[in-house]
Amino acid sequence: MTNTEPTVQANNEITKSNETLVEVSGLSKKFCKDLKTSLWYGVKDLISGYSGNKQKRELRPKEFWAVKDISFTLKRGECLGLIGHNGAGKSTLLKILNGLINPDEGKVVMKGRVGALIELGAGFNPVLSGRENIYNNGAILGFTRKEIDEKLQHIIDFAELQEFIDMPVRNYSSGMKVRLGFAVAAQMEPDVLIIDEVLAVGDLGFVLKCFKTIDTILPKTAIIFVSHNMPMVSRICNKIILMDRGEAKFQGDVSKAIDLYYSRFASNDSNVVYSDNTFELLEIKIENASSVEGLQQIKWGNELRLQFVFLLKGSVESSLRIDVIIFDKEQRPVALLKDSKADYSNFISENKLVFNLLHKNLQLSKGIYSLNLSISDDKSPKYRVNTIFEFQVTHDQDIWQPFLLEGKAEKIS
Amino acid sequence: MQTRIYQKETNRNLPKLLLESLKDLNTSRFLAFQLAKRDITAQYRQSYFGILWAFVTPLATAFVWMFLNSSGTVKLTDTGIPYPVYAFAGTLLWSIITEAINSPIQSTNSAKSILTKINFPKEALITSGVLKLLFNSSIKVGLLLIFIFAYGIELSWGLLLFPIAILGGLVIGNTIGLLLTPIGMLYQDISKLITFGMQFLMYVTPVVFAVPDSGLMKTIMELNPLTPIISVGRNLAVGLPLEYLTYFLIVLAASIPLFFIALVFYRISIPIFVERLSA
Repeated sequence: MTNTEPTVQANNEITKSNETLVEVSGLSKKFCKDLKTSLWYGVKDLISGYSGNKQKRELRPKEFWAVKDISFTLKRGECLGLIGHNGAGKSTLLKILNGLINPDEGKVVMKGRVGALIELGAGFNPVLSGRENIYNNGAILGFTRKEIDEKLQHIIDFAELQEFIDMPVRNYSSGMKVRLGFAVAAQMEPDVLIIDEVLAVGDLGFVLKCFKTIDTILPKTAIIFVSHNMPMVSRICNKIILMDRGEAKFQGDVSKAIDLYYSRFASNDSNVVYSDNTFELLEIKIENASSVEGLQQIKWGNELRLQFVFLLKGSVESSLRIDVIIFDKEQRPVALLKDSKADYSNFISENKLVFNLLHKNLQLSKGIYSLNLSISDDKSPKYRVNTIFEFQVTHDQDIWQPFLLEGKAEKIS
Repeated sequence: MQTRIYQKETNRNLPKLLLESLKDLNTSRFLAFQLAKRDITAQYRQSYFGILWAFVTPLATAFVWMFLNSSGTVKLTDTGIPYPVYAFAGTLLWSIITEAINSPIQSTNSAKSILTKINFPKEALITSGVLKLLFNSSIKVGLLLIFIFAYGIELSWGLLLFPIAILGGLVIGNTIGLLLTPIGMLYQDISKLITFGMQFLMYVTPVVFAVPDSGLMKTIMELNPLTPIISVGRNLAVGLPLEYLTYFLIVLAASIPLFFIALVFYRISIPIFVERLSA
């Protein structure tokens, strides 16, 4: 008899941790582009709202679909990342999930307490002090006075604002505001937590603290996380929806979605920064590389063989140096690729300079990289071009650091 | 665990919506109190004269009419009590009604920033508006009592019932304001219309002068639903016999179900105007 009890309890725990907290099916939302028309549509929506309209909603003039046909489910312990270009409909989707606006099609089912971190100091009254705003925000989130009293010190300590808690919020820096907002929301112990790009503002200490808090609450919570910071997304989320102009362009695996997100921003504008008219870059590509949507791809660990073709319009010294600078997607210069011993005058034939620049075992981490080119000799720079080429390094793992170096552990004898 | 479902077909079941609305009204008590406290303290925190601003307008209007009357510029019929008390009681009650009508739209407007970001029981906005009104009204009533003492009017039992008239004014004002709020959040014309309308309406209500014995004005004033509130309220405070009492009770009785309907409409309309708000 006593043997069955623990199993029953364990089963309850399991069912509890597997319950679906968020269920979205066929969700769509339309907005109007023009202000006056939008207000007029508002009046019509009010009237039809009072009389309850069940007709299918088509696009009226000047309207567009901000969110179209989004479906997903989220269980406790899962973290969904919402990524996409600016204006893809992510914040609109969050507002619908939060119950702030009504959908035009489809259905949302939310179970449990919903907490949201939507903006710096949302709901803060600037004239009042931090302490007074904690009571306000707590009340808005649904706490009673007693609950806030119990959590007050905890919130102040988490936000690290002991010294400034009685100062008016209008004098807080944006980092302080977001610390305070996060502290109050984190103490809420929500069942569903919605985070909309607020973590970008805090300093490193705050970001690390947020990660730690999210790690602690994740087993008990379903989290929906919107960000443009891919390393953060890949660290926290276990599934992703990539939105593009309101639609779910991709849904599922984290690294694949991030790859697709990057490839949308691949650009081809190169510009010549300086030229003394000796060189003109005619062609650059990776030899024997596959390409997806015009972007050449190379697997991590493979050989990188860059093929250059220059048009020569002047003479070339033997002291010529050709440097290739590699930038990552966030425009950090991560590597300098060159052959310091080469005599490039050997690669000249007729009026062209043609050569391959080879690097064995490319250990750049997964992502899209762009190349800048700098040619100079002992006396002066000769040719500098930015963004001559973009390519993508593929790998299963998405990491923050620019290089994924292959290490080998050995026993010390 | 609470389950929320959002879908395009809005629930038209009025009794169910009303129940939800009243439940939210109840659960948001603390929030309403916090919002009211926040607004009242913020209102006067950065102001030197602070609380005085609460009754400057009715006082000033009353003084203007007292002057007009005593200097003979305007000839007013005798009202049975010292004119300053008559005028001030009238302007006081009128300002309470005006504030009550403006309150829902103002509270919703000032909450624009949280309406577009956080989900909270919106009924708290209405309740906090009522709390602010009660606070301001109690200051004004205090001043009225000072006036009554100063002019040597006897205290009567009616004074105890005076708060009922104020509450009546609050209910009817809030009902009208609440009905206008959804469209008032879309078009700014509405709040301007209210201000303009109230200034005009003051002259067809016995605020600073009594209902005439005959004529078109008498008909209009007697049809005006705000007349009984001003009249009954003032007469309760000064101990005169109550005129228009039945009308007062009818208006009060009619505005209670209207208030509930307005509450339900407000609840339905919030997502519709929130998506068009600029915060």
